[in-house]
Amino acid sequence: MIYYISIILIGIGVYGLLSQKNLFKHLISLALIDTAINLFIVSTGYINGKEAPIYSEFTPIANFVDPLPQALVLTAIVIGVGVLALGAAMLIKIKEKYGTLNVEEIRRGDK
Amino acid sequence: MRRFLSALIALGLIIILLEFLNLIPDFGNVDLSKRVSNSFINKSVDGNNETIEFKKSKDLEDGSANVVTSIVVNYRSFDTLGEVTVLFTAALGVGLILKGLRRKRFYREPNFILKTANGILLPLIFLFGAYIFIHGHLTPGGGFPGGTIIAAGILVLYLSNEKFELSHRAKILESGMGTVYVLFGLVGLILSGIFLRNFLPTGVIGELFSAGIVPLIYVAIGFKVGAELSNLISEFQKEGQQ
Amino acid sequence: MTAATIFVGILMVISGILAIESKKLLDSFIFLSLLSLLSVFLFIVLKAPDVAITEASVGAGLVTAVLILALRKIGGDEK
Repeated sequence: MIYYISIILIGIGVYGLLSQKNLFKHLISLALIDTAINLFIVSTGYINGKEAPIYSEFTPIANFVDPLPQALVLTAIVIGVGVLALGAAMLIKIKEKYGTLNVEEIRRGDK
Repeated sequence: MRRFLSALIALGLIIILLEFLNLIPDFGNVDLSKRVSNSFINKSVDGNNETIEFKKSKDLEDGSANVVTSIVVNYRSFDTLGEVTVLFTAALGVGLILKGLRRKRFYREPNFILKTANGILLPLIFLFGAYIFIHGHLTPGGGFPGGTIIAAGILVLYLSNEKFELSHRAKILESGMGTVYVLFGLVGLILSGIFLRNFLPTGVIGELFSAGIVPLIYVAIGFKVGAELSNLISEFQKEGQQ
Repeated sequence: MTAATIFVGILMVISGILAIESKKLLDSFIFLSLLSLLSVFLFIVLKAPDVAITEASVGAGLVTAVLILALRKIGGDEK
């Protein structure tokens, strides 16, 4: 089920990338695809009836889901913010140079 | 027209991805014993096959109770060092791109409630962030979320006080913590011949003082991520020179 | 999967569509933040508390803050 949710969200993000003209909407679409792919990677490690991968008083003996996808996604989320901020900084620069964020107007103004 | 075509392409992509789902195991039916994670969970990469029990097993090859932490900071620590470098590069890029701009600072009256509640709220936010990254090897969390929570505290400080500026010491803290990370790796290299090897005794699983260098590195990562993201926010807030 | 997961999934899809199709950019940011918050629930269902706590602090807090600061820098909303 969660496979389908994340695949549909990836499709929505690609639709946004193709159909929107504002560059800010492109950034939002990329962030959306980021979240969807993180969800997909974590869901590949889920096992029915197992617990979160932490040794504690409630789970003293290993009965865990796959921790490796979680470890990969943990760092990917934080890097996502850094990359998003870099994209936002580039948008500010583009707005300063061309005076607009519309893709078609930028293309026309370039000639 | 454009929307219709985009929707068609996105639909095609969704159908292709759904077809690819046949190649991976069904949801929830993964055989963990065939995956590499099995040896991470049982802490048997070096080959010991004892059953691990909370607060009883000791002197394992990695003593942290949180398996995700032990992968991030011990087994795949070199990977994490690379990812922290990517984050550093992104923050550097934001600083470089925004440097020559005509910036205008957004003047606004800070919210009265935020300004008053600030004094009670901020220490709690910072305390919570520090708690999260100090207990990263026992409970969910660790350096990455802890650092983000500290950066959120800096954001509240910016919103509630219009004169606040982040001092340049944050940048020194950030690079210093990166150096600490590499130094731990080099000490491991000298003592045992493997970069980022866990060279301290690992102790009993589940105790606060356990897991060797894992909590120390996670504290370093917490400070580094916190300083980095705070710098990022302050770059967006800063006033231009002109 | 339980009914709650399906409900949250439908809400996520709706907020994703609204995040892309909203006329105002500020609305888009809020819907993106809502989507991150809903994905936190799914991470908890998937038994990934570490990822959930990271996504909660990053997705709902910092991403929205960075986007709103950038929007203010370029001078408000634009069609």
